[in-house]
Amino acid sequence: MAHLESVPMFWRRMKSLYSLIGVECLNCGKKYFPPRLICPECGGKEMKDYRFKGTGKVVSYSIIDVPPKGLKYQTPYGLAIVELDEGVRVTGQLVGCNLGEIKAGMRVETTFRKIIAVNKNGVIQYGYKFRPEGYPRINNGEKK
Amino acid sequence: MFFMRNVAVIGVGMTKFGELWDYSLRQIFTMAAIEALEDAGCSNRDIEAFYVGNMSAGLFIGQEHLGALLADNAGLKNIPAMRVEGACASGGLALREAYLTIKAGEYDLVMVGGIEKMSDSPCTEDVTTTLGAAADQEWETFVGLTFPGAYALIAKAHMERYGTTKEQLAMVAVKNHKNGKNNPKAQFRREITIEQVLASGIVADPLSLLDCSPISDGGAAVILASEDMAKKFSDTPVWILGSGQASDTLALHDREDLTSLKATRLAAEKAYTAANMGPKDVNFAEVHDCFTIAEIVATEDLGFFHPGGGGKAVEEGLTEVDGKIPINPSGGLKAKGHPVGATGVAQVVSVVEQLRGEAHKRQVNRAETALTHNVGGSGATAVVHIFSR
Repeated sequence: MAHLESVPMFWRRMKSLYSLIGVECLNCGKKYFPPRLICPECGGKEMKDYRFKGTGKVVSYSIIDVPPKGLKYQTPYGLAIVELDEGVRVTGQLVGCNLGEIKAGMRVETTFRKIIAVNKNGVIQYGYKFRPEGYPRINNGEKK
Repeated sequence: MFFMRNVAVIGVGMTKFGELWDYSLRQIFTMAAIEALEDAGCSNRDIEAFYVGNMSAGLFIGQEHLGALLADNAGLKNIPAMRVEGACASGGLALREAYLTIKAGEYDLVMVGGIEKMSDSPCTEDVTTTLGAAADQEWETFVGLTFPGAYALIAKAHMERYGTTKEQLAMVAVKNHKNGKNNPKAQFRREITIEQVLASGIVADPLSLLDCSPISDGGAAVILASEDMAKKFSDTPVWILGSGQASDTLALHDREDLTSLKATRLAAEKAYTAANMGPKDVNFAEVHDCFTIAEIVATEDLGFFHPGGGGKAVEEGLTEVDGKIPINPSGGLKAKGHPVGATGVAQVVSVVEQLRGEAHKRQVNRAETALTHNVGGSGATAVVHIFSR
């Protein structure tokens, strides 16, 4: 599938995938992720970047056993709709916990991970996944 | 506007659904088109325009430009022909576009087609990826959402809020297989048990393989006519009393409520208003059961049961062929098969057979009014039609 190997298609979204950058409508204050050019609520067209904190709670979840192309090596994986503390919802994979521990309502935070690498010549695409809030940080031999 | 011109279905045709390895997309569609023309008693040269619903021939078989291709193959020479796309709702949207052009007075006789050739894809992963294009490619599919995954998220939310059980989901599949057994064109013509559904292997928790509609090839065609033409060609026209369509955010996560499809509720409201009817006036319905949970949610959104009552209704047998409101007497997408772009048109074929009293062993008693409900994606497009004989 060509779209999975497209570098510009990934590159354009890097800011949002890496740092959870969305927008806030300057007219009504409503926040959106990913960025939009017009506010569906008030029609406002002036938006400014807004960086979401990345913490929130699981609204609904599933364990995916039959994956799309490129994700077979990760299956089975947890997938959830997360409501960020700012009120905006996003979809993402759940990592850093046993699949049996996932529950609606559990607190989570974003973590930077590899999302997909379609073939060995293609670009490795990174982005956000979610893990339980307060997940112990990996200490790479450095002093805290 | 609703009183401009009446529109009727005067001819229907569809192929058997399933893995039709011997036939190409164009052959499958043409077989359905010929059947519809013969059923209507009109010739290929009588048709003035052609709309075809198709989700993704481009990704499934590398073929675009289906309007002209299929009009040519069906012998519709040089008439305006175009493809309509709204993921799995493509067929229902094609029907609505054709209906509107007749209602507006532009044409008197229009062919509506629906077609999908899915089994030419090399493997399930390819099909999963293509169907994933109905969701938000950049913000859902990219991070690992699959199509069954989207409905799994809906199912989990429904179970959490209303206590709907996996057994109730399984009962939808069991009922639809029971109905499919009596449909000679269905992909699956054997009964299954609740135990088999529950043991069929998880695709996306809580949905098992037998909670999912299959990968199918198939084509369907119907001929729509203005009132004058309908009377000229047919003794048994089936009238379209109402048509409604709505859209919603493509991404499931952007919707406030995961347990209901707002687009279905809005489309149904418009169709009911146009038909001057309510859910209680509908004798039976063909609804979009791409997954078992989808049928339960649909029967609530269409007003047949209260929110959260869909699971219990299946358990009590209210949706059986001889129940209070038969749902998917054709076998539905689950057992009849789900060649995605063809489904919305195949639903009309099933409804017309019932309203004419030609549905044989799956015939619903006193079938006078019917509803079809076709959904695209996880509910970003919904289209509802109401029919009477």
